[in-house]
Amino acid sequence: MPAADLLSSQGLRLDGRRANELRRIRCKLGVFTQPDGSAYLEQGNTKVLAAVYGPHQASKSKSSSDGVVVNCQYSMATFSTGERKNRPRGDRKSQEISLHLRQALTAAIKTELYPRSQIDIYVEVLQADGGTFCAGVNAATLALIDAGIPLRAYVCACSASMAWGARPQPLVDVPHVEEAAGGVVLTVASLPNTGSTALLEMSHKLHMDYFKMVFSSAVQGCRDIEVILDRAVRDHLAEGWTEQDTVTV
Amino acid sequence: MWTTKTFLTKTKRGNILKIVREHYLRDDLLCGSSACNSCPHKDDEYVLDLKPVSICALFEYPHYIILDTNVVLHQIDVLEEDALTNVIILQTVLEEVKHQNTSIYQRLLEIVNSKKRKFYCFVNEHHKDTYVERKPGEKQSDRNDRAIRLAASWYAAHLSSNKLEHQFPQIVLITDDQNNRQLAQEDGIVCCTVQDYIENVNGFAGLVDKLSKNVMPESCSKDALYPAHLTPAQIHTGVKNGQYHSGTFHASRDNFLEGTASVHGFEKAILLQGHIGINRAVDGDQVAVEILPEAEWRRPSDIVLEDKADDPGDKLDEEAELLKTVKPVDNKDGEITPTGKVVGIIKRKWRQYCGILMPSKIPGATRHLFTPAEKRIPRVRIETRQSEILASQKILVALDSWPRNSRYPLGHFVRALGQIGDKSAENEVILLEHDVPHARFSEAVLACLPPNDWTIPDEEIKKRVDLRSLCICSVDPPGCTDIDDALHARPLEGTTDDGLETFEVGVHIADVTYFVRPDTALDKEAACRSTTVYLVDRRIDMVPDLLSSNLCSLRGNEERLAFSCVWEIDENANVLSKKFHKSVIKSAAAMTYEEAQITIDTKSRRDEIAQSLRILNKLAKKLKRKRMDNGALSLSSPEISVAEKLAEEFPQCALLRRHPAPPPANFTTFLKAAKQQVAPSPSPSPSPSPSPWGNG
Repeated sequence: MPAADLLSSQGLRLDGRRANELRRIRCKLGVFTQPDGSAYLEQGNTKVLAAVYGPHQASKSKSSSDGVVVNCQYSMATFSTGERKNRPRGDRKSQEISLHLRQALTAAIKTELYPRSQIDIYVEVLQADGGTFCAGVNAATLALIDAGIPLRAYVCACSASMAWGARPQPLVDVPHVEEAAGGVVLTVASLPNTGSTALLEMSHKLHMDYFKMVFSSAVQGCRDIEVILDRAVRDHLAEGWTEQDTVTV
Repeated sequence: MWTTKTFLTKTKRGNILKIVREHYLRDDLLCGSSACNSCPHKDDEYVLDLKPVSICALFEYPHYIILDTNVVLHQIDVLEEDALTNVIILQTVLEEVKHQNTSIYQRLLEIVNSKKRKFYCFVNEHHKDTYVERKPGEKQSDRNDRAIRLAASWYAAHLSSNKLEHQFPQIVLITDDQNNRQLAQEDGIVCCTVQDYIENVNGFAGLVDKLSKNVMPESCSKDALYPAHLTPAQIHTGVKNGQYHSGTFHASRDNFLEGTASVHGFEKAILLQGHIGINRAVDGDQVAVEILPEAEWRRPSDIVLEDKADDPGDKLDEEAELLKTVKPVDNKDGEITPTGKVVGIIKRKWRQYCGILMPSKIPGATRHLFTPAEKRIPRVRIETRQSEILASQKILVALDSWPRNSRYPLGHFVRALGQIGDKSAENEVILLEHDVPHARFSEAVLACLPPNDWTIPDEEIKKRVDLRSLCICSVDPPGCTDIDDALHARPLEGTTDDGLETFEVGVHIADVTYFVRPDTALDKEAACRSTTVYLVDRRIDMVPDLLSSNLCSLRGNEERLAFSCVWEIDENANVLSKKFHKSVIKSAAAMTYEEAQITIDTKSRRDEIAQSLRILNKLAKKLKRKRMDNGALSLSSPEISVAEKLAEEFPQCALLRRHPAPPPANFTTFLKAAKQQVAPSPSPSPSPSPSPWGNG
């Protein structure tokens, strides 16, 4: 069984966290002035920028009268990984993650409010250390809030893995070392406020007996992330009002 | 709950890849000492005693011991003794040990996990006060030494800061690294060498014998007998540019001054002769070999050469005697083999060796020679004060090092196995020499077992095919307690289209998988043992006795879980259909071969068992004839349905056992010996058929 020693006998992971602890999350809203909304988010060593344009008029071919069309582009900077990446976007993995991003974010956006319009969301990974999709979702949520787009709830994503020590134990917020150890990685995007799940993806086979354990730990991770994002938004608004008011007046 | 300070550690590997890792520092890690009242310990988290009793005359006050990495790596045999307690193992040390030697790491974990030893693992690498960042240009080992020193002084300060009224425990750092010791003393840490500490321990006789005699093997250039080994870097470049070859050294069983190294790219193994040619390689080591010019190639010697009985001191003679006999007569000699010499050791494959002590002739001497049971292993020089007792015992010895100025490798005594000639001691030797795991099952393994009075639960019966009504029986040698398979056969109604009678035949294998779940301690232990070993007088079980000879033994008249394969076969032994399922069975009789034969032969018996056995017997004969007709080794006969099923379900791990004819090369030594016995051989090239020697 791979990934046997992800959790030491003292209950610490390779980077010194306990099984149920998230990596350090730092984030900032409104980092750019050009897009309608933007955010920067660090989850440990994974660093992500998100920018939102719109809602604006949709191009004719895409336009839908039911609701807004959400357009996502996920790309990884060539310098984001240990070995230089040749193609920042358009490869299979990026395309797949773009689709997943769209699915997760569409679940949160009140799409029915903007028929025949379009929202463009750009997610750029500046540094990758595992869980880039999760960080991308979390950053995009902040950027959407910054853009003032109505959401049903925060959509947060978190991954979880499994340590097969003496006692199997789920590990929340998986960094690259643990991903590379070959264990299962379950990625969950959920709306913790409403309790619904927007996206679920799993990298390997996992026995049904353990699924609940891993899933609930990932969902708990989402809840913890929501608290952090919420605080960031409130802090941003608290300081943002005064500054922006003086500029615009 | 946790501090969010992050630090980055950077490592490089291979083609210069920068790896950046997070490293969280915490303030909730415990020191594990009962003398501490500032860490939020729970009651079961105290490992170290409040007032540890000192056993060392050098330090008569209560103290905890902190070990350096090299101490753990070299003196694990001392640590395994119950003498040292209240020891702090730092995470730095634990990780270095894990990195350098996994088997010692496992042994260390075993010690740490045993409660009574009071070994505490302190996670100094993630503690906010004891984390040490590597300075630019600092070697990793120096950084680790610094981390160990910092942890030691942290502990000293931490324990003294509790302001307890009684005397608080001190910290003693044990390290063999002189440099480290000096720096520690400058920091005010009490430290000493292992030797000083252990030699002053009171009350544990024999502990000193287990001290590893570790010397830097290449540094002793004074009176050097052997040429120095090359450094790993030199070997690496040499192997890369083809100057040297890497191979595994195999010592000769008959001649202690001869060996071969199997090297990739050479048809014949490279011959290595003489003390200098072998240059301190021990059987199994991975060595770097330099091939000599063709003019110096020799042939393997025919003589049997054994090491002299008494200790000749640090001299190398015998060389000349050997080399005389192996000079090729002329260059057309067919036995001339590529010859080389060992220039360096890539990896030692030393293990512990069984053998006997040959006490020194000088009374009261502490240095003695040890002769291993395995002839390929050289004698070992060990130091012990109990030679009188040990002389009559089989003992286990570990190799430590082989300095250039010593004729024999240095080792230390590990433990005594028992009297020479005593049956259990000799058994132990056989098991150890063949690396058979024969320790008793651990607590963790035994915890995986069902209770002794376990019976099949009703819901399990519902899930399985119920074959309890069938008349199933097993046939095994007399006295067999682990009955793993059972059979049944019965005539079916109806015939085939050709009018042949049909039978149902079932083979039932005990369903061990119900008890041995994947990845449990039991599963891992069984995988490690992988087979039950039968000695003449005892059996070393692969799974605990409760399973092997009770719950997974298909005993007569007891309900057991099984995995069944049931065929429909016509009277000419053609398989018509087959099915596989888990089942519950109840064997009607567990018979010996003799009983079964009598049952078949007793014409008057007409009961179900007898009929079933007769059908099986008849079908077996037909199947065997068919197989013989197909050529015995060919496997295209009908009874491979199990193999087919396995290959279909588990294509990646299905195996088929095959017994190929052994290659003729296996017999060359034997032929050589035979030739010597019947000196002038009448037929110069006897070509024996290898098939009767079915050792494949």
